[in-house]
Amino acid sequence: MSTLANLASNIADGSVKVVDLTHTLDPDFPVIILPPEFGQCARFRMEEVSAYDHRGPGWKWHNISMNEHTGTHFDAPSHWISGRDVPMGAVDEIPADKLVGPVVVIDCSEGAAQDDDFELTPQIIEAFEAEHGRIPEDAWVLMRTDWSKRSGAAYLNMASDGPHSPGPTPDAIRLLVEDRNIRGFGTETVGTDAGQGAHYTPPYPAHYILHGAGKYGLQCMCNLDQLPPTGAMLVAPPLKIKGGTGSPLRVLALVEN
Amino acid sequence: MTDPIQPPPKKNPLNRSWVSTIPPAARSRAALGLTAAAAEGRFMLQVCADCGATQYPPRDACHKCLSIDLPWQDIIPTGELLAETTIRATTDIYFRDRLPWRAGTVRLDAGPPMICHIHGDVKPYARVRLINRLDRSGQGVILALPEKDTPNMADDPHLRAISSDPSHRRVLIVDGRNPNTPDFAKALKDAGAAMILIGLSEDWLPFQGRKALEDVGAQIIPLDVTDTKSLQRLAGEFGGKIDILINNARYIRPGGVIDRTDTNLAARELEVNALGLMRLAQALGPAMCSRTADGTNSAVAWVNILSAWALANEPSFGSFAASQAAALSLSQSLRAEFRASGLRLMNVFVGPTDDEWHQPLPPPKVTPAAIARDVVRGLHGGFEDVFCGDVAKDLNERFRRNPKVLEREMTGGGV
Ligand SMILES: [Zn+2]
Repeated sequence: MSTLANLASNIADGSVKVVDLTHTLDPDFPVIILPPEFGQCARFRMEEVSAYDHRGPGWKWHNISMNEHTGTHFDAPSHWISGRDVPMGAVDEIPADKLVGPVVVIDCSEGAAQDDDFELTPQIIEAFEAEHGRIPEDAWVLMRTDWSKRSGAAYLNMASDGPHSPGPTPDAIRLLVEDRNIRGFGTETVGTDAGQGAHYTPPYPAHYILHGAGKYGLQCMCNLDQLPPTGAMLVAPPLKIKGGTGSPLRVLALVEN
Repeated sequence: MTDPIQPPPKKNPLNRSWVSTIPPAARSRAALGLTAAAAEGRFMLQVCADCGATQYPPRDACHKCLSIDLPWQDIIPTGELLAETTIRATTDIYFRDRLPWRAGTVRLDAGPPMICHIHGDVKPYARVRLINRLDRSGQGVILALPEKDTPNMADDPHLRAISSDPSHRRVLIVDGRNPNTPDFAKALKDAGAAMILIGLSEDWLPFQGRKALEDVGAQIIPLDVTDTKSLQRLAGEFGGKIDILINNARYIRPGGVIDRTDTNLAARELEVNALGLMRLAQALGPAMCSRTADGTNSAVAWVNILSAWALANEPSFGSFAASQAAALSLSQSLRAEFRASGLRLMNVFVGPTDDEWHQPLPPPKVTPAAIARDVVRGLHGGFEDVFCGDVAKDLNERFRRNPKVLEREMTGGGV
């Protein structure tokens, strides 16, 4: 059998499981909040065009609107000022083979349960590698925090000094990008950076360093607890929006049982 | 004294709800001057510019000298009851359901005798105060009140029929995050509202105001005027229980047209301020219109809090002002659509409000307590238009005098 015929039969018999890492696009799903004098991220909205009625007797459909960065979404390099001149930095320019690839998952759920501002550090990455082997080049790295199980106000976890949610330190991102040459970095929180990421140097290090190096981001994912530390395959193709800096998308993982 | 209205019993689900009817609405064009004055609760009549004769009923030529120069003026609203009758039978379907009804003639101190409805506490041949109010058809009618207030006088059926009195009624305040909501809730509770519902958008964001609202006894429910689904859910649960709706949803940012570089903020202003009104009306309007004859706690009023800049654009908030003009225009359409049901639409126009977005503007600024007071005053009066605060009042006067002059002054042509 060919590789793909094999894969097809493995998916059919359940020996390869397809895990959905996507939150439902829902008007009530939180989006990133910036100070009110800045431009804001549009929430997901849906207006009925017809519903088998006088507006269209045999069909139902909706107009939808949102930001490129609403819900479970992909960040292209051109999203950040550091990546503005990166070649193939917009979602429509990213080569198709970059949209499917290997993924490793670093479990930070215990730490994040103790500390809302939990940091992914180089030490944690090295400890992960000591157990599971070196992170392969051009792989997706996902930070599992189980943050996706939070809902309501606990998700953004806003306080008077800003949001509190886990994320990587600048050194951790540098290690992943400059040393391991990963493809991209993904989280369960509303951004690839920690809630307090504005206070690092550089501010928002994940965005700044990843996109400056032409790497990608994924955020607002769920079900990372169903993925193995290594060996899964991530399918993450954003919409092909001309000049788009990101897009909501359906993120899937193929997991061997 | 008037017998106080008792809290209504729970409805008998076997009885059909009363269907809305309205009193006769036909008027001459001249008589609409009375309606326009009643919309703001003013007692105005035509006074001849040539001979000074006060006119009633409204007409096209002076009853004394035939001059056609008959400007409307505020008139001292006192007089004496000359004659009265109590109507006990009629073919009119509105009054048939409300008999007996007291009507009569009052000699106005300013001159003419006037036909009017008569409050139950007015004694025969007594001195009276007259008020000019909108009836449920939205036309101006005159009601004679006792010279001095009497106990429970607001509960008189004649007065209750033309007011939008919050007592015993259930109120929805749309935007719990608006800083004026706690004052609204308190004022409506003090005015006797039976239930206060308060909408809260985006419960995934912190909300510090919760306790203050719950302390007043308000119930907080999810509601976002930009989210059609949330309104459908709300209508499903509470559509048949909202007697007064106060739309205080507002999105405001500084800036006009070219000092912004995109249409995103404008889109949001229109989404909340104009389309939000439309979505609310689509979700809740039909149920409210169907319940305007539903007993003591019938649906009675729809209130929009609008900026007075809806009348003339203030360029430092030019885009926001445009959204307010859009909302004003939509409210006029909605008023027409409510007309057959007798549901009152009241716009409360406010000047710059005392909040974070008007922080760089000089006083006077309208406080939340002042807006709340005027909302309740407007409901008691059954008004269509209320101008809250000196800025809004002044703007309205200048708008009436000459809209073009006002525009020139607002856009940098004044002295
Ligand atoms: Zn005359």
